[in-house]
Amino acid sequence: MSIGESATPLGRVRGLGSAQHGGEHWLTERVTSVALLFLGTWLLASLLMLPKLDQRTLIEWLHAPSGAIPMALFVIIGFRHALDGVKVVVDDYVHEEGSNFALNTLFLFAALAGGAIALFALARIAFGSVA
Amino acid sequence: MVVSILHRATGVALSFAGLGILTWWLFALSSGPEAYATFTKVATSPLGLVVLIGITWSFFQHLLSGIRHLVMDTGAAFELGVNKTFAILTIVGSIVLTAAVWFYVLGVAK
Repeated sequence: MSIGESATPLGRVRGLGSAQHGGEHWLTERVTSVALLFLGTWLLASLLMLPKLDQRTLIEWLHAPSGAIPMALFVIIGFRHALDGVKVVVDDYVHEEGSNFALNTLFLFAALAGGAIALFALARIAFGSVA
Repeated sequence: MVVSILHRATGVALSFAGLGILTWWLFALSSGPEAYATFTKVATSPLGLVVLIGITWSFFQHLLSGIRHLVMDTGAAFELGVNKTFAILTIVGSIVLTAAVWFYVLGVAK
């Protein structure tokens, strides 16, 4: 049976290689997931180990490099991983090209805006004076 | 199947609610006592706590089913019995860990 007569869609595309950036996207999603495995665990453990969860304690924690640097990584990698993951969901359920492009672009802008706001807030804490 | 759908649903929840609240929390934290008081008031309201507990569970469920997917990416754990046990363990694990975190938080802090 030639490839063109293959019974399944998968059979028709196998061996043709990647169409766009799927391979890179797939790998990035997994690399960021492993990073978030560590950073997410760090974030939760840090919050649980703080003596209090009041504003002063939290600012002191994020003012120090030991808090600010992993938090910056968590924000950047977290938004990237969310963007990659939501794109998979959009691509799976929204097939019309215009809507697909519009939604993916909207979420790209949302991730960039959210990430910028979170990093700005973190920078203000990290480089500001401790309240 | 169920766990795979949960992985997506919790991923979407973490992307929007999780990162949204993280961003609001950091911004409020950096904006002074009044902004942070507003955040704390909303976060510790009954609805706020339900959302935060939901995000904690989503985090653990997504983390555990994410580990399961990484293992399956290597071609392992596709045998029916192993696969099902692993899937059930992610649900049991996420519920136990969420309960442990919140019993600790509500018991010790504040």
